[in-house]
Amino acid sequence: MIVRDGYELDEQETGSAISSEESPDVDATVNGRDERRNVETKTMDNLALRASGVVKRFEIQDGNRNRKGLRRLWPFYKRETFEALSDVNVEVRAGEIYGIIGMNGSGKSTFIRVISTLLFPDEGTVEVFGVDVVKNPDEVRRMINRVSVDAAFFRSLSAKENLRYSARLHGLSPRDARKRYKEILTRIGFDHNRVSDQVKSLSRGMKQKVAVSRALMSTPRLLLLDEPTTGLDPRSKRDVQQFLHKMRDEEGTTIVITTHDMEEAERICDRIAIIHDGRIVAEGTAAELIEIARNGRGEPTLEKVFFKFTGEEWDEYE
Amino acid sequence: MNKADTAVKGKPGGTVAGVREFWGGVGFVERNFALVKRYAGWEAVFVAYGAVNSIIIGLIGKATGDARLVLYLIIGSILWVFLSSLFHEVSESVAWEHWEGTLELTFMAPIKRLTMLLGTSAYAVIYGLARSLIILLAMLVFFNINLAGANLPAASAVLLVSSISFLGLGIAAAVLPILSRERGPQATHIFQALILLVSGVYYPIDVLPVWLRPISVVSPATYALRSIRACLLDGAGFREVKGDILILAVFSVVSVPVGFLIFWAGESWAKRKGKIKIEG
Repeated sequence: MIVRDGYELDEQETGSAISSEESPDVDATVNGRDERRNVETKTMDNLALRASGVVKRFEIQDGNRNRKGLRRLWPFYKRETFEALSDVNVEVRAGEIYGIIGMNGSGKSTFIRVISTLLFPDEGTVEVFGVDVVKNPDEVRRMINRVSVDAAFFRSLSAKENLRYSARLHGLSPRDARKRYKEILTRIGFDHNRVSDQVKSLSRGMKQKVAVSRALMSTPRLLLLDEPTTGLDPRSKRDVQQFLHKMRDEEGTTIVITTHDMEEAERICDRIAIIHDGRIVAEGTAAELIEIARNGRGEPTLEKVFFKFTGEEWDEYE
Repeated sequence: MNKADTAVKGKPGGTVAGVREFWGGVGFVERNFALVKRYAGWEAVFVAYGAVNSIIIGLIGKATGDARLVLYLIIGSILWVFLSSLFHEVSESVAWEHWEGTLELTFMAPIKRLTMLLGTSAYAVIYGLARSLIILLAMLVFFNINLAGANLPAASAVLLVSSISFLGLGIAAAVLPILSRERGPQATHIFQALILLVSGVYYPIDVLPVWLRPISVVSPATYALRSIRACLLDGAGFREVKGDILILAVFSVVSVPVGFLIFWAGESWAKRKGKIKIEG
C-alpha cells in the first residue's frame, strides 16, 4: 500500500505507482516505486513486459558539421548526447492493455523501438515474457508485433501482397496465410473488394486497418501499438479500438499502446503511464491518476492530469 | 493458457523453426517478384536498354571483322549482366527497403538475418539468370554465336563459384545504406563501377594503366571472366581453369561469412545509434 497525497492505493490490486520527481504537487517517492516493484515481483510471475532502468542516449544532430570540422573524426572527440529515455521502469502484466501517453518527442516511440529489438538500450534491461530483448532478439521477435503511427508498406503492392509478405516472414504457408488474412480482415471490418488494390490508393483508415491486420498475422503475445489511431476518423478509430479489446479478451494478447489521445487512453487502457522528457512521471489506472490529481480541487480529466504531471501547459503542447 | 500463448507452440505463430525460416526466405523471393511485376514496364525498359547496350558492344567487335573478338565481348557483356545483377540486387535490397520505409518491419521479423540475406540472394540469382537469358536471346538475333568447341560444364562450374563470391560482396555492401542512407548506395555504385573498370569485362586487363592493375587482382570478376572465356572460346577444361576456380572458391569461402559478419556488425552499430529508424 502506498500513500500519495493523502490517498491510499492498494498496489497489489492496481499495480499503480507514481514517481514524484517531476510532479511537484504529488507526495510520491522513488522508494515508493521500489516498494511496489518488490511486492509485484513476489506476487506476479506472468509479466509480459519488464523494463528496468532503461536509458537510451542519442547524439545531438548538429546540422552544422563544418563548425566542428575535422574534430568530429578524432576518436576521442566527445559527442554531445541527450537522454531520450531516462531510467524507465515499467511492468506490464500478461493480458493487460497498457497505455503510454506523452507529447511528441517524449520518448514513447523510442521505448517501443527498444522493446521491438530495433534499438539497444544504453543502460538497463527489457524483458518480454522473461526473455531479454538484447540477448535473445530472435525469440522476442517471435512473441511480438508492432503497428507504428505511419505504418510503412510496399506502397505499390496490394494490401493482399503486403499481408502475404508479412505472413511469410512469420513462417506461414501460402494456405495458412490466405486463411489467416481473410479471417482478420473480416474481423477488423476491411472491405474485401479493396484487398487487391495498391496500398497507396487506400485511405489512411484502411491503411491502418491493414497495418493492424499485418501485426496480427503472427498471433503476437505482445502487441506494440505506436499511436495506431492518430489521424483516423472517429469511426475508424472506434473500429480499431473495439478490435483491440476483442484481441485482448478473445486471444489474451497483451497490448502496449502509445497515444496522444487522453480519451482513448482512458477508454481502452487498464493502466496508463505518463512519459515526459524520457521519464515515466506517473503510472496507474485512469481513475487513480484522476483521483490523485483531484486533490480536493474539482473534477480533473485525464487531460488535466497529464498536464499536471508533465508540468506543461496547453499552449506549449499546441 | 490463452490463444496468443498457444500460438507460440502451435500454428500459426509457433511454426517449427526450419519451416518458418524456409517460408521467410520464400517471402523475399515472392515479394521482390511482386515488385518486378508491379513495375513491369520499367523492368522491360531496363532489360531492353541492357540488351541494346550489349548488342552495340558486340557490333563494335563485328565492325573489326574479328569473330573471336565478337564472342569475347558477348561473353564479357552477358557475364557482367549476370554478376552485376547479383551484386546489385543484394546490395540494394536494404536501400530499397529504406526508401519504402519497411526496413523496421523486415528487421522485426522473427527470422534470422541469414534467412533474409539468403532469400534476397536466391531472388538475385533467379532474376540475374532470367535477365541474362533474355539479353542472350536478343543477341542471338544479331550475332551468329558458335559455341561448338566450348566446354560448358567447366564454364558452368566457374559461373557457380563466382556467383557465390559476388553474393558475398553484395551482402557486405548491403549494410552500407543502413550506415548512411544516401552515401551507402552511392558507395555501392562506385564499388560496382570499379569492378567493371578493372576486371577485364570488355578488354584484357593488360591494357589498364600499370597503377590500376593490382586492383584487378582482388576482383573475383577478373578470374571469372578469364576462366569462362577460356572454357567457351578455347574449350578449356577443369584442369586448365582449376587455378581460377580455386581462387574463386577462396573468394566465396571468405566473402560470404565476412559479408555476414560485416552486415551483423553494421546492424548492431545501427541499433546502438538508432539508424534503423525511418519515420514515426
